[in-house]
Amino acid sequence: MLPLGHVQSLGEALLDATYTFKSNVALLEADRRRETGRRTFAEVRAEAVQVAEWLQAGGFVAGDRCAILMQNGSRWPIGATGVFIAGGVLLPLDYKLTAPEQAALIAHGRPSVLLTEWPVWRLLRDHIAGLEHRPRVVVHDVPEGEALDAVDGLEVVRWDDLPAPVDVEGFALVERAREDVACIVYSSGTGGTPKGCMLTHDNYLCQAEALGAWYPMAEDDLVFSVLPTNHAIDFMTGFLMPALFGGRVVHQRTLRGEFLSWTMQHYGVTHIALVPRLLKMFEEKIRERIDGLPAWQRLVVDGLLAVNEAATWKRPNHALSSKLLKPLHDGFGGRLRYIFAGGAFVERDMAEFFHRIGIPVAIGYGLTEAGTVLTLNDLAPFRADTVGRPIDGVELELRDVDADGVGEVWVRGGTVMKGYLDEPELTAETIVDGWLRTGDRGRLDASGHLKLLGRAKNMIVTAGGKNVYPEDVEALIGDLPGCEELCVVATDYVWPGRGGLGAETLAAVVYLGDDGDLDTVLGELARRNRTLADYKRLAFVVVADDAFPRTASMKVKRGVLAEQVRAQGEPTDLLRALDAREAAE
Amino acid sequence: MSTVHELIDLAASHFGVDGSGLAPDDDLFASLGIDSVKALELMTELELEWDIEIPDYELREVKTFADLAAVCDRRR
Repeated sequence: MLPLGHVQSLGEALLDATYTFKSNVALLEADRRRETGRRTFAEVRAEAVQVAEWLQAGGFVAGDRCAILMQNGSRWPIGATGVFIAGGVLLPLDYKLTAPEQAALIAHGRPSVLLTEWPVWRLLRDHIAGLEHRPRVVVHDVPEGEALDAVDGLEVVRWDDLPAPVDVEGFALVERAREDVACIVYSSGTGGTPKGCMLTHDNYLCQAEALGAWYPMAEDDLVFSVLPTNHAIDFMTGFLMPALFGGRVVHQRTLRGEFLSWTMQHYGVTHIALVPRLLKMFEEKIRERIDGLPAWQRLVVDGLLAVNEAATWKRPNHALSSKLLKPLHDGFGGRLRYIFAGGAFVERDMAEFFHRIGIPVAIGYGLTEAGTVLTLNDLAPFRADTVGRPIDGVELELRDVDADGVGEVWVRGGTVMKGYLDEPELTAETIVDGWLRTGDRGRLDASGHLKLLGRAKNMIVTAGGKNVYPEDVEALIGDLPGCEELCVVATDYVWPGRGGLGAETLAAVVYLGDDGDLDTVLGELARRNRTLADYKRLAFVVVADDAFPRTASMKVKRGVLAEQVRAQGEPTDLLRALDAREAAE
Repeated sequence: MSTVHELIDLAASHFGVDGSGLAPDDDLFASLGIDSVKALELMTELELEWDIEIPDYELREVKTFADLAAVCDRRR
């Protein structure tokens, strides 16, 4: 890894990487079983300088803001590098938001430049025209014959028409100090107004050093960048870290399972970061493969899984696992060493499944307000029941601890943001004396691992005065066969003030898959419900008509789900008692 | 047969639901009981069937079967 001790800014680190690793391949692009792009670090420098020179020619100076609104692809890191070496502040925006939502963030962040691509721009352009601060716009991937001058008075240029770089070798880095803001990242959150987290160069460099120490990469390692790069996790794992190690990143235009497999096999992906929903898709594919084997082979695989699990309990051994379970590993290209998971609660069973086949899932916990991760599992030994230990440089403390040892998580350290853009009061509520209030509640075990129970704001206080976290109960119930989605709510949350239900009675909202059978699902749910501590048990089940609303990072929007359920009908019609089933059995 | 009806037949058989009750203006996700990850599987089916390529982002504007049929028609 590049030594970062004397490095002051991301621009400096990234420019340094393009010289240090100049002939290494940096970026690969694939689309449906074919390679569509390949660039070395030196080529990345040339294109980043092209962007930087264009920015500067338009008057862009240190501290100016540039938004980036694109799907994952080579232009994302190239554009971001161009902004950083020109001394700019990057606003990575979420391409999955609707155009009005994107326009609202642009109005809030007031970037002077927007780097985007045609599919986004086509929908966004009419929403930009009315803004007070209108950015200059660069559009990538404009189809032949499409006109760009559709928006009155706005300067819009094709990325392909940017002037060729003048002085790639002699480009003078625009210097920034460590405490200067590098990025303004909007936390998706699960409701409320978007918050622009101001993260400094120091925040990112501290995070990179800590992650690099725990999960070093090699120059021939290859990260598959699947999560949106605007998301804190992929910004680190799919952009900064591989650049600092001289490793490669592959981007792909589609997230469909069969094409993901091709890319993993073709390039030999070594690292991938996923959110639980995508991890689940991978698990389903592997299970299908195992289930498709003849019975005797399945027995062999079961035996090998047990051997592998015993041999890798203390620490992962990729060389061994990939030999023992070759057919399963080959599906991922045979070189996949780590899956990083975060962004939402990871089911324990799912993480254990991957560990059994020898591809450890490193479960972490972080929030946009503090870079990428605060705690992370170091896999020595593998644990699926915690979100790991605080990484180097992060101090973690529990406050308002209850009788069960559960408290609210507060953190301090080099990765904690400077504050929210233009929100001094909100910043003062969130960061107190240098400590960031996470709003999450958890417990520390004897080995210093954090067990996260749930969001403080989702906490349910039962009639008996016990604190219950929906995320915790969901994780304990786990994956129900035939049930696509499950979310634990308090009945009072869905139908506030409706008498007769008991103040905070727990209910599960379930959504069945294509082949889900209601009786089977309810039977299994009732069985698992009985294994829970009494105060965590569900009293009711509601069957949802629709799939759950989720944020871009696949978290269930609990508030919107409650509205949907409310719209479905009256509590008396919708609530099915789980206890009654128990009595009937 | 029109694109949208072919599409409904394909979707119904892929996800094992009864296609006879599905109409072009029905919500594709709700009536098939699928999320966007599953919907991408369907797009691959359609691509193979009609030998076209539909970028993932096209799904962003799709709500009904008719919407998806329109996306496919632009490429057929």
